[in-house]
Amino acid sequence: MSLSDTLAGEHGNRWYDLFSRGTRDWLRHNEKIREAVQQALPDLIARSDVLSRPDNRTVQVPVRFMEHYRFRLLTPQQQQGAGQGKAEPGDVLRPGRGQIGGSGGAGGNDDGGVSFVMEFRVDDILDWLWEELQLPNLKPRDAASLDDEDYVREGWDRKGARSRLARRRTLKEAVKRRAVQGRAALPIVNEDLRFRQLVRRQQPSTNAVVFFLLDVSSSMDEQCRRLAKTFFFWVLQGIRRQFARVETVFIAHTVSAWEFHEEEFFQVRGEGGTQSSTAFQKALEVAAERYDPSRYNSYLFYASDGDNFMEDRHRARALLEELATRMNFLGYAEVSSRHHQRLNTEVGVLFRRLAELGAPCGSYAISSEADIWPAIRAFFTEQADEVES
Amino acid sequence: MPGKLQDYVARIEDLAREQGLRYHPIDFELVPPSFMMEVAVYGLPVRMPHWSFGVRWIYQMVQHKMGHSRIFEVVFPGNPNRAYLVNSNSLEENCLVTAHVLGHADFSHNNALFVRSQREAGDHIVEQAAAHAQRIDAAIEAHGLRRVEAVLDAALALEQHIDVQYPVSRPDYPPPKKQAEETAPKEPFQQRFLDLPGEGQAVPAPALPQEARIPPHPEADLLWFIARYGPALEDWERDIFLAVREESFYFLPVFNCQIMNEGWASYWHARLLREADFLPDELYVNAMKTHSDVVRPYAGDSQIALAINPYHLGFNLWERIIRDHGLEHARRAMMEEDDFGFIRNYLTADIARELDLFVYEARWDGEVRVTESNLHQLHEAILAPKYNFGAPRVLVDDLRADGTLVLRHDHATDGRGLDPQRAQRVLEYVHRVWRRPVVLYTIDAHGEEECLRA
Repeated sequence: MSLSDTLAGEHGNRWYDLFSRGTRDWLRHNEKIREAVQQALPDLIARSDVLSRPDNRTVQVPVRFMEHYRFRLLTPQQQQGAGQGKAEPGDVLRPGRGQIGGSGGAGGNDDGGVSFVMEFRVDDILDWLWEELQLPNLKPRDAASLDDEDYVREGWDRKGARSRLARRRTLKEAVKRRAVQGRAALPIVNEDLRFRQLVRRQQPSTNAVVFFLLDVSSSMDEQCRRLAKTFFFWVLQGIRRQFARVETVFIAHTVSAWEFHEEEFFQVRGEGGTQSSTAFQKALEVAAERYDPSRYNSYLFYASDGDNFMEDRHRARALLEELATRMNFLGYAEVSSRHHQRLNTEVGVLFRRLAELGAPCGSYAISSEADIWPAIRAFFTEQADEVES
Repeated sequence: MPGKLQDYVARIEDLAREQGLRYHPIDFELVPPSFMMEVAVYGLPVRMPHWSFGVRWIYQMVQHKMGHSRIFEVVFPGNPNRAYLVNSNSLEENCLVTAHVLGHADFSHNNALFVRSQREAGDHIVEQAAAHAQRIDAAIEAHGLRRVEAVLDAALALEQHIDVQYPVSRPDYPPPKKQAEETAPKEPFQQRFLDLPGEGQAVPAPALPQEARIPPHPEADLLWFIARYGPALEDWERDIFLAVREESFYFLPVFNCQIMNEGWASYWHARLLREADFLPDELYVNAMKTHSDVVRPYAGDSQIALAINPYHLGFNLWERIIRDHGLEHARRAMMEEDDFGFIRNYLTADIARELDLFVYEARWDGEVRVTESNLHQLHEAILAPKYNFGAPRVLVDDLRADGTLVLRHDHATDGRGLDPQRAQRVLEYVHRVWRRPVVLYTIDAHGEEECLRA
């Protein structure tokens, strides 16, 4: 018999200190979960409240432990077991869940119900999504018109402004010269100096601005807002993916329109009726004031339940048509819990007219989480078509 | 401190031999708690990698962190036995654990099921399992993690589906008899009988040689059947199935004798420490505190348990058997019984009453109610989860000419059908290695036949 507190002396290393098999297999399990989540992703993200933490570039998805399945009998209505303790036949040891005042919080006996939260980086998710759904990347609508002039560095010269002195290059020249001249050489002379050259170059613009217009009239309930929010979020992520700098404008409206910060935007709650034209007007004003169409790719998304005052129709149509000339794309998301009149609403008709005119636009009916992903997919594919045509 | 423990271990072993315990030598090793936890999860010190162990491991970690579970020792039967003690446990605890290990070693050396399994699976299970793990690592190297994992998903899902009536190295089914019958020399009597006028032609030869049905009888050993008759398995895949099967042969007696085995070990640690007059009084008292923690029936402050602690039940039964029938009788029972015989033969109505054992019914809505019951019902309530290695009875029914594997669930014995979602997933695991259709017949909640396919 050998009793050894440490095996180091006898059998070399304590092999079990070197790694943990439990950790290894646990990590493998998590890897499999990630793969599974990845496959179910479009579904999951539509469901999860992704915008709850806008600054954080991660999404938290609740997942269950994976089960390694085995043959098991059906759960019977009644299951027998053996127990121990002072108990008489007929004693109820645990009340059924149907009873009033049952221990609601003391549960946790459902087996397999253990879940934990996994965090995914939004960027990773986007990569998966684009790959999974084979979404095209956005392109500037018309690259030629979007050129942006800029100075770029190119080459060196012996003369120039002091501020463009290339120190490293200058020193290299000095080293070469001294190597030729030998011991008597001066450390640095004017001939060593090198200056960076600048040239004007035309560069395609990588700026984008996205206008989000939201109807906050009283007919837009909580569910509608949530759908709008989720749709906006993923559209924005997709656009962010493509452009180096993306600015956002958030406009909410009822019978008049206001611009908001992102944080307040989805909390805004208005009263009364709907006049879409006010939001279009506001968007036009903001665009004219801040976003030069030659320097910005502009996108506009409007989410509404589709209701609009009849009297507003002509004004709204005129403004929309004007917007269409400035924007790369106009998107309309009709969020509604009513299924029957998909896109046959007042606003729906406006956008349909716009499409008939050949303007770059698209309409998406979203009445449940399941519609969000098809809508996003439709937007990005239509976008690609617009660019190609 | 290890020196002191070493000294006590030697003396406790001497005492055990005087008391008639017989066992192969034991290799004791002190290991850190993290290692102990892994051994408890994997069932063996080194075992094949699989993600499902990771899930069990994290459960165990959480339990451990919450203070709900403590592992004192693990011992693997063999020659030598390999016992692991936790290096962070106190001297008192480890003295107790040593005595406990001796009880286990005696049990596994003498109990018929264990003896048989060690004869079959070999008495170096720790090394064999490590060798399996190494072969599987090599397979991962050669064929990639995903492919090996697919095989392990299937093999480990069928882990309990073995048949220990047959040896570990089991021969294939005998070939069809058609030729053999004609050429084999007849028994002299039979020959003379056939020579009687009119008898020779009485047996018409079948017009077509009949294809032997495979399997010739419903086959319970799914792991073996898939390894031997899978139409498209590669050799390394068959090897993995057989490795999992071999480990199951080792695990079965552990499972089938848990109450007896833990009871026996608990009885002997109590008795050996009581008689170890060389131990300081204080150490003995502390060790006995640990003992009463281990064999107490209830968790925490609760006075009612919905599960029976096997240490508690086994310990109490052995104490009474030895008190009433003597040690010789007890040893014979230890050698011959498994939990089924042990509970049925020795858990009497008196003991059940004394220990406050009862049968309860848990309804689908969570209500748990104590029911009126007789001794037989109590026995069955204790033993029900132990039948057939704790798994439903699923048998190979047929291997069709096109390679379809037909499985049939023996729902009549199990009393109800299989959970169809889980069964479907298992079929999908199997299908990925079987590579031909897999079919399973069971019944649904209404008793109608249900056929699952993958």
